[in-house]
Amino acid sequence: MTKMLAFQTLRVVSLEILGSPCNLLANNVYSITKRCSLISLQSQILRPLSSHQHNPKVPKVPTWEPVPEEQLPQPTKIPADLVDKLERLALVDFRTKQGLECLEKAIRFADLLHVVDTSGVEPMDSVLEDRALYLRDDTVTEGDCAEELLKLAKDTVEEYFVAPPGNIPLPKREERAAILRHSEF
Amino acid sequence: MKKRCNVHYFPSAPDISVIHFSLVCVWYLSALQQLVGVVGLEIHAQISSNTKLFSGSSVQFLAPPNSLVSFFDASLPGTLPVLNKRCVEAAVMTGLALNCTINKKSVFDRKHYFYADLPAGYQITQQCRPVAVDGVLTYSFLGGRKRNQVMRKNVYIKQIQLEQDSGKSLHDDVNSQTLIDLNRAGVGLMELVMEPNMSCGEEAAAAVRELQLILQALGTCQGNMSEGQLRVDANVSVHRPGEPLGTRTEVKNINSLRYLARAIDFEIQRQTEVVQRGGAVLNETRAYDSKSGPSPSTSCRFMPEPNLPPLLVFEDEASLPAGVEAGQAVLLCTLRAGLPELPSVRRDRLVQTYGLLPEHSFTLVNEDGLMEYFEAVMKGTSRDPRKVIGWVTNELLGLLKQQDLSVSHSPVPPAALAELLELQEAGRISSSAAKQVFQEMWRSPGKAAPQIIQERDLGLVSDDADLHRICQKVVDSHPDEVRAVRSGNQKVLNKLMGLVQKETKGRADPVLVRKILQEKTS
Repeated sequence: MTKMLAFQTLRVVSLEILGSPCNLLANNVYSITKRCSLISLQSQILRPLSSHQHNPKVPKVPTWEPVPEEQLPQPTKIPADLVDKLERLALVDFRTKQGLECLEKAIRFADLLHVVDTSGVEPMDSVLEDRALYLRDDTVTEGDCAEELLKLAKDTVEEYFVAPPGNIPLPKREERAAILRHSEF
Repeated sequence: MKKRCNVHYFPSAPDISVIHFSLVCVWYLSALQQLVGVVGLEIHAQISSNTKLFSGSSVQFLAPPNSLVSFFDASLPGTLPVLNKRCVEAAVMTGLALNCTINKKSVFDRKHYFYADLPAGYQITQQCRPVAVDGVLTYSFLGGRKRNQVMRKNVYIKQIQLEQDSGKSLHDDVNSQTLIDLNRAGVGLMELVMEPNMSCGEEAAAAVRELQLILQALGTCQGNMSEGQLRVDANVSVHRPGEPLGTRTEVKNINSLRYLARAIDFEIQRQTEVVQRGGAVLNETRAYDSKSGPSPSTSCRFMPEPNLPPLLVFEDEASLPAGVEAGQAVLLCTLRAGLPELPSVRRDRLVQTYGLLPEHSFTLVNEDGLMEYFEAVMKGTSRDPRKVIGWVTNELLGLLKQQDLSVSHSPVPPAALAELLELQEAGRISSSAAKQVFQEMWRSPGKAAPQIIQERDLGLVSDDADLHRICQKVVDSHPDEVRAVRSGNQKVLNKLMGLVQKETKGRADPVLVRKILQEKTS
């Protein structure tokens, strides 16, 4: 009973907000009551709030299944040296417990790619690889906008951009661990 | 009891030979284990084009700061790279000239590192699949004891790739800041990676010189090291032959050939001393400007460039797939046909055409403009080229080097030298007089040879009576020498000839003088 009430409220709300055709919504609401599965319930609640019609190419229920652990390779352990190296290359601090967990989960997620069978398939970098690369003529068409570009910078000195001196090297691993321990992270 | 004698052990004869033999062995082994240098070069050549590699901004050496920068060069969001056809052609031509295999499909990558003059945080390059691979550069240099033997060597080229240049940073230490000028950011570069086949600074300098000549002949790069159009980084290590390669150091910021050779030799020497002392060579970058760019590519992250599809190069129009216009395509057959005469071919041609020695044609091609000068002189005289070459490589070049002038600034134009040589050929002046005339022509540009000959009265004296008179005078005033000649010492005859020449101010015909003197002293 409460379910019916909830749907009715939604229907009213959506009609007022979106002004979608009434019969379409009515169809959706009735199909929910017919099916009564939790997943479709969630997606159907959301759909009345969308202004687009249901695209037939999008499946109505999720079509993926979780991959069993046996099919994936060993979980990758990230040594401290590698963390340090990555931090230097990317200039991102992530050596907290949270950061490392996040990285490990991301790698695990990418490990799913190993399940795909690529034997006999040419490696591909992008789906646009078969497009022709356009080659431009060697004539001057741009430049001469120093003023506009310099306006974008906070600091300029006589038409030069200003940057800090050289590359400030990151402190050593032990020093940085100490810094992080004392920071708010 | 035997008396103990404090006799110093003096080795007997057989013992001496044993010691000698072992010393020889030690010497031999230490010669075998001599440390040798290993040099590998990475060369960045700025492509000679009107616009940059991926944008339409102009390429110029000197311009107001940040005036040749487009939105893409400043890596403003929403901009995309558009490849310049001229740069592709330049890289392919260079690859063809260096006997490389051209990859019909090459791919662009992003090389990420942080530096203020790299606004995007990455450089678009071709690390994994470049446009040309596996080439060879044959270079020569004058070696041997007298430095007049042409030695030919090969250095193998691992790959040639297209990449972007970074901007320029000026370090302002006073205010503790760096000033960035992006005029150079995005200019097309060809990076030539060479295998470590070389062993010393001289070889490296010769290889770079040959590459400079090739690039200049092709027109793909002007090769001016002092203007930064050709930048060379040397990877130097030492090892004993047969053993694995030693740790290498990188020598950067070299802006002249001479400095390149010296810096490499210095580094080899330094490393040799470190190893001989038992120390370890550190893998580092040695530069004279401590604020040079970031360390080598081992510490950069790479990913494929998502904004550029692969670069395709085609053999000929027939192999173009449907939908690709001929104007859009880079065709290997057209480029191959359009390759100009390369320096090595030119040297061989000079040897063939004029019968010159290899070392002479080497010098002609090595000096900017000298070959053209020589050929212009040859047009104006019928003298044997092998005699003319001496004038060009010794007299002319000697004076040019002394006064640090280039061939184009020579005070004596080719036609004037040709005129002088014609006079010598016609017997109007002797060779020593000709040299004097040349000196005078150098000092007073514009004065023609005949004029100088007349002014200084340097015309050849072949008047018999005159010569006889002078020779007689010399013979009469040097009886000792005459006696020496009569007794068989021919060398003294040369002294007498010298005296005669002094009398005639070098104007006497040497052949006649010799004949007369021989008559008089016989």
